[in-house]
Amino acid sequence: MPVTPSEPPSILIGPEYAFAEEDVRELVGAEVIVGPSLWRDAWRRLMKNKLAVLGMVIVIATVIASLFGPSLIKAATGYSYDSIPKDPMLTKSFAPFRAPGGKFFWTHPMGTDNAGRDILARVLSGGQISLMVALISTLVSLLIGVSYGATAGYIGGRLDDLMMRIVDVLYSLPYVIIVIVLLAMLPAKTPTGQLAELFLALGAVSWLTMARIVRGQVMSLKNQEFVLAARATGVSTPKIILRHLVPNALGPVIVYATLTVPTVMLSEAFLSFLGLGVRPPRVSWGSLAAEGAQNLSVYPWQLIFPGVTMALMLLSLNFVGDGLRDALDPQMRKS
Amino acid sequence: MLRFVIRRVIVIIPMLFIIVSLTWALIRLAPGNFYTGEKKLAPAIERNLREKYGLDKPWYVQYRKVLWNIARFDFGNSLKYEGQSVNQILRKALPVSATLGLCAYLFALAVGITSGTLAALRHNSWIDYASMALAMLGISVPNFVLGPLLVLVFALTLFWLPPALWEGFPSRSIVLPALTLSAIYIAYIARLTRSGMLEVMRSDYIRTARAKGLSEREVVMRHALRGGLLPVVSFSGPALAFLITGSVVVEKVFALPGLGNYFINACFNRDEPLIIGIVAFIAVAVLVFNLLVDISYGFIDPRIRY
Amino acid sequence: MNTNGNLLEVKDLRTYFETEDGVVKAVDGVSFEVRQGETLGIVGESGSGKSVANLSLMRLIAEPPGKIVSGSITFRGRDILKLSPREVRAIRGKQIAMIFQDPMTSLNPFMRISKQLMEVTRLHLGHSKGEAREHAIRMLEVVGIPDAEARIDSYPHEFSGGMRQRVIIAMALSCQPELLIADEPTTALDVTIQAQILELIKRLKGETGASVILVTHDLGVVAGMTDHIIVMYAGKVFERAPTSELFGQPGNPYTRGLLRSVPDPAAEQGNLYQIPGQPPDLARLPGACPFAPRCERAEEICRREFPPFVQLTSEHSSLCHFADEVFAESQEAA
Repeated sequence: MPVTPSEPPSILIGPEYAFAEEDVRELVGAEVIVGPSLWRDAWRRLMKNKLAVLGMVIVIATVIASLFGPSLIKAATGYSYDSIPKDPMLTKSFAPFRAPGGKFFWTHPMGTDNAGRDILARVLSGGQISLMVALISTLVSLLIGVSYGATAGYIGGRLDDLMMRIVDVLYSLPYVIIVIVLLAMLPAKTPTGQLAELFLALGAVSWLTMARIVRGQVMSLKNQEFVLAARATGVSTPKIILRHLVPNALGPVIVYATLTVPTVMLSEAFLSFLGLGVRPPRVSWGSLAAEGAQNLSVYPWQLIFPGVTMALMLLSLNFVGDGLRDALDPQMRKS
Repeated sequence: MLRFVIRRVIVIIPMLFIIVSLTWALIRLAPGNFYTGEKKLAPAIERNLREKYGLDKPWYVQYRKVLWNIARFDFGNSLKYEGQSVNQILRKALPVSATLGLCAYLFALAVGITSGTLAALRHNSWIDYASMALAMLGISVPNFVLGPLLVLVFALTLFWLPPALWEGFPSRSIVLPALTLSAIYIAYIARLTRSGMLEVMRSDYIRTARAKGLSEREVVMRHALRGGLLPVVSFSGPALAFLITGSVVVEKVFALPGLGNYFINACFNRDEPLIIGIVAFIAVAVLVFNLLVDISYGFIDPRIRY
Repeated sequence: MNTNGNLLEVKDLRTYFETEDGVVKAVDGVSFEVRQGETLGIVGESGSGKSVANLSLMRLIAEPPGKIVSGSITFRGRDILKLSPREVRAIRGKQIAMIFQDPMTSLNPFMRISKQLMEVTRLHLGHSKGEAREHAIRMLEVVGIPDAEARIDSYPHEFSGGMRQRVIIAMALSCQPELLIADEPTTALDVTIQAQILELIKRLKGETGASVILVTHDLGVVAGMTDHIIVMYAGKVFERAPTSELFGQPGNPYTRGLLRSVPDPAAEQGNLYQIPGQPPDLARLPGACPFAPRCERAEEICRREFPPFVQLTSEHSSLCHFADEVFAESQEAA
């Protein structure tokens, strides 16, 4: 038996839809209550997740260290990531905190590499590059993915079929192989050019799942009731997209973007490890790991420091991404 | 079902065509050639070289020749490895990569599915947290860091396992490379299994199974596993693609004579026939494998109809 | 059978759930009996605790977050709550069987019907594969599935909703249980199929002599099927009576409200009656009468004190401060 309340229904709306209050109020004759915002709720849930908070702290700390570290180190000890000491006695690999002769020396907390360069400076500079590449490549993949997916989702029909078929095909190909060929064959002349190529290449690899997610969101939102309600009250289409679709589609997009960053970072790292990504004189965590791996038996710290730093960063990013996913939609947990 | 399979098989041919053409175009568009080294060659020598390798003919002629050869499975001779045909190299390198990949993936399935299932069944217990924490590590530690670290510990410090050696399957030399390669898969498979099983265990038909008086073990093994493992099955398709890129790194780290290693070297050497040969082979392998995965998905889930 | 002729006796059952919002007292002190060969109806809105009560009978409550806190469930002289898990499993499917609400999701979509049916008899009756299969085919014929032998190897998705529910009934009755619990067996089905399924249950009950507990929110369903009814609200039994007496002479304002909500096609065109308000939040129950906020008869004492369980006749009791008055009023109205 239906049991309905005797007073008129109250409608819970978040402030982002506040502009539609007047329309909706007239439509239903109900009292409009502005409830706790979706974002604030999610933020609260995120903060409760200790691992995610820890991850965020580490990420922020690493970013700050990478941004300001190299200059600080240069000021303090005179070493930058590529400065080779003039003294031939110093152009070898020292263990952390050691100077020639085995005495304790504070200049090189992470030791030096075979050419006498300070590893700490190199790790932090590498961090700059790795983070920048990860961020920009993620943006590239976001751009491609969102426009592709939103178009396919909103237009629908045969165009959508075709576009998604292309995605399916690309998804099953290991076209990282093609990317490897690309990067091996076309080295740009300048380091900046190299980086630009890298951004495009990495972005091109990871936009697929983003496109699928965005398309899925757009399609389900297209038919949601409040879009129909807004249309029924005469709200125009761009307004619909902007005010209604976008905030709701944003959730999974944000989550996936956050999860893309470590993926892209990993891709850049292994490309650099193979010698295809960031090339000398620039450094990234991947290329540092490559150098370190060569001298593993004698100078293990050359690999351990960049490796552990990178693993820590990826771990933290993954925690944040997972935490965001749980916070924005606890039911989205489908790995 | 048959029509679906045929349609997918037919699609492989144009796909292969596109991929090979793309690769070939990239190689040709690149500045420099395979024979360009440090020194500049005298024009006469260069002309001879070009003639020998057919590089003096117009590009569309060369393109046609490449396609024609591929159709006959003849990829030509390697440009860098004197006297060896690409097919010979493929035959040598493929068993290495295949064994490595298979061992790694099967190991990952065994460990991943077991730990994921246990984590799901003991939800929110220490087993759950511990295995998910390890899974996180597996995803976050890059294989080119894990590999050398494992070598450092087990080969160079403890002397239990060889650092860089290949003796084929049942030998100690395969342990570290397979372990390194499988790490990230164990992580993904454990997570997928856990979430899949958690979802299945919540469903009504599991409740029915319990109401029939089945023991918890029977409920899990007979009823829950099949549905809960579906995400793992569909993951296997793209997983293969990752496996290939993963093994490129692992083979480099452990100096294994596999396809990945040959591929990277070929790229640096501009060894066109070898590059195209490997790319073509990988493309076909991936497409066929994905088809097999899709077919098996249809067998496992009877609701799917092709 | 228990010593006093009851097949099943539930005394003061309490099942609580630990949630983020607090302790939800889904079943809070419920008692009822099922007699041999009889049908008991359990009626209530969603959230009244009727489903949880039934799941508790077979100890199918997920241990975290739920827990059967106290009470006794005496079946054939043994308290189910005190049995070992193995003993409980021996009862499930064999002596007590349960069918659930949604036939679409209650069958394993990845397993053939034959296997799902054969499982039960192979487990409890020790059938061999051949025997189990024969038995399963016969059961399908009993529940009215045409062409049983040919269709037994199909998958669930190849059957319609009504057919699936029949299969589930066949599965439940495979071992000839003494008690069949039907939890809203027809809610998810079309109206025409509903009638068929209910008829089927009635017929099988007659043929096998089993007792039935029929849980539903639909008073129309209970009317023709049950001997006794208990009405649940907010985890408690609000009224219990023989069926005809409940309909003819309710002793509780809630029951009266439920009866009034059933649309009467013969009545004049007027407003449809609905009990005002919403069911209470089971995590924050007041110590007083849980129905008071919605009761038209509520007075000060209802909002202050928990009502007594008043015995109106030998088989009719009601949880209300004014049970006698309500009972008398409905007698006059009759």
